Amino acid sequence: MFIVKVNPDYCKGCGLCIDLCPKHIMAMTGKINDKGMDLAECAKPEDCIGCKSCAMTCPDAAITIEKQ
Amino acid sequence: MGEMIYKRTDFLKARPTHYCPGCTHGLEHKLVGEVLEELGVIDRSIMVISVGCSAPAYDYANVDNIACLHGRAPATATGVKAALPDSIVYLHQGDGDLLSIGLDETISAAGRGENITVVFANNNIYGMTGGQMAATTLIGQKATTCPAGRDPHLDGYPMKACEMIATLTAPKLVARTALYDIPHIIQTKKILKKAFQNQIDKKGYSFVEILSTCPTNWHMSPQASMEHVKNEMEEVYPLGIFKDED
Amino acid sequence: MKKLMKGNEAIAEAAIQAGCKCYFGYPITPQNEVPEYMSWRLREMGGVFKQAESEVASVNMVYGAGAAGVRAMTSSSGLGIALMQEGITNLASTQVPAVFLNVMRGGPGLGTIQASQADYNQMTRGGGNGDYYLPTYAPSTLQEACDLIQKAFDTAFKYRTPVGVMVDATIGNMMESVDIKENVQPDPSIPDVNEWCIRGGRREDGSVHRIKGLFNVPEECEAFNEELAKKYDKIRENEVMVDIKDCEGADVVIVAYGTTARIAKQTMKLGKENGLKIGMVRPQTVWPFPYDELREACRDAKGVLCAEMAIDQLLQDVKLALEGTKPIATYHRLSGVMPSANDMYDACVKLAKEAK
Repeated sequence: MFIVKVNPDYCKGCGLCIDLCPKHIMAMTGKINDKGMDLAECAKPEDCIGCKSCAMTCPDAAITIEKQ
Repeated sequence: MGEMIYKRTDFLKARPTHYCPGCTHGLEHKLVGEVLEELGVIDRSIMVISVGCSAPAYDYANVDNIACLHGRAPATATGVKAALPDSIVYLHQGDGDLLSIGLDETISAAGRGENITVVFANNNIYGMTGGQMAATTLIGQKATTCPAGRDPHLDGYPMKACEMIATLTAPKLVARTALYDIPHIIQTKKILKKAFQNQIDKKGYSFVEILSTCPTNWHMSPQASMEHVKNEMEEVYPLGIFKDED
Repeated sequence: MKKLMKGNEAIAEAAIQAGCKCYFGYPITPQNEVPEYMSWRLREMGGVFKQAESEVASVNMVYGAGAAGVRAMTSSSGLGIALMQEGITNLASTQVPAVFLNVMRGGPGLGTIQASQADYNQMTRGGGNGDYYLPTYAPSTLQEACDLIQKAFDTAFKYRTPVGVMVDATIGNMMESVDIKENVQPDPSIPDVNEWCIRGGRREDGSVHRIKGLFNVPEECEAFNEELAKKYDKIRENEVMVDIKDCEGADVVIVAYGTTARIAKQTMKLGKENGLKIGMVRPQTVWPFPYDELREACRDAKGVLCAEMAIDQLLQDVKLALEGTKPIATYHRLSGVMPSANDMYDACVKLAKEAK
């Protein structure tokens, strides 16, 4: 199991992680934060294979991944 | 608690950056930070900051840093290394800083073989000042100072940093990479690691040109910008290793 | 120990003896012997010499070395110093110490390679942007140039500011015997550079040092400017240097510095021989300028002669000092044509006659 955390302070909702996730489980939350930005999240953590694509492509180092 | 298989690099301070969503400046800082950590040289790293969108990086660099005048980072880094020969300097420069106002400093530092590592964010535009044409702007690409698209008869042709620098004898590593997919991100990080290893081993000058995006001034989404790099930019700026010597 | 040396080389040696570890420069007459001398002597002393690709690069290399707390300098002539102006204002704003030697030549533009003092405004009013000043020393003999370049390093590090030393081509290229103080230790009042300089990585408490002059918030930049202004006030209070000779009861006081002041000594002799008491006020710092000392020294004088190898540049500060309380005459020769002691004497006689 992998826990993919997207830090709301750093994420700007650019969506690059969504494109590069091979399992297509990264998605926008639909919630707008106080900076007026929609944030990304891992919508189906159970399908995550821990390939770290999302974290690698994130231009704001907002994503951390923990293997349980 | 499980095992962290990807954490935020300690090279960046715990605060957001001002870069636009999808801008690759931040990605480049992150990759360099990860490389410096993996090479174990954070404790002697110095970020040499240029003028452009990355000018306020002094708010993000979690190591000693020095902000330079526009175009003068290679000269300032020469001075830093003269005073601190064992420091590891990371120059982060854009196309305006490195290829226009600072072209003399770029070529001269490379010609002298200064033991520095230059990371060149080539995004074909002046971002900080609102989207003017740069030396690297593509033919036909629109910018605020070539609104009808860059016309070579008026504004010349895109300048290719790697090809120019690779003609010099002193540089040890000259490469151009991109960031539009995972294999390219991995390749970029590998080249960055080799470039900083050169500096650690005091082999001399390394130059890594990274095809970068500017969604805001290209008027494209972050995704479309990455596609633009892959489909249009790469044609004008072929990726590859132009020089790699020991 | 005493040695016969050429000005440019003596100044370079004096800088090394004051702990200059890095020199970055570019060829320009009339100061070429400075980089030439540094290229072997500084390396012999374990320092770093780099020939830069331009004066713009030189000043930015000095910035990099100075930011690491190292004594670094560059030298040039007026044209090169003009190219360095952005770098100098940047050093002022980032509070990085550095020393600049200007061996002045005729201007404007390419001008001549011979002696001139027409960079007075450039050095004292500065060509960079913003509210800053370049504390500047103006020696007139080789010995004084050696002493003042050593002092310039201490002043630069004491106040964390760029400092200028200006001589002209004559001083740079003539030979005189000099006794250069060796292995001069920094003034103990200089704060520890490790409080601010960059070294790499972080301090033990995890903090980082950053050297920068850009501000995102106007109020922060304003507050910084107010602090910088206090620094310049402190320099004005503590660092003025002026040499005053025979001004008590003088008929005429000459105001001159550098080579012109040396020639004025001859004029003072002529005065003694002919019953005209001529005194001299010789600024050794042209910024901060000795306004009060000059005004006080001219108290008895009938008139003041402002003598310089430029047109009415020093004159501005003489006027500021005297504020219309004394008649002022000027005497100048330019662009390598040396001032004449006799002509200067005739100007004094004329001034004394008209002033009655």
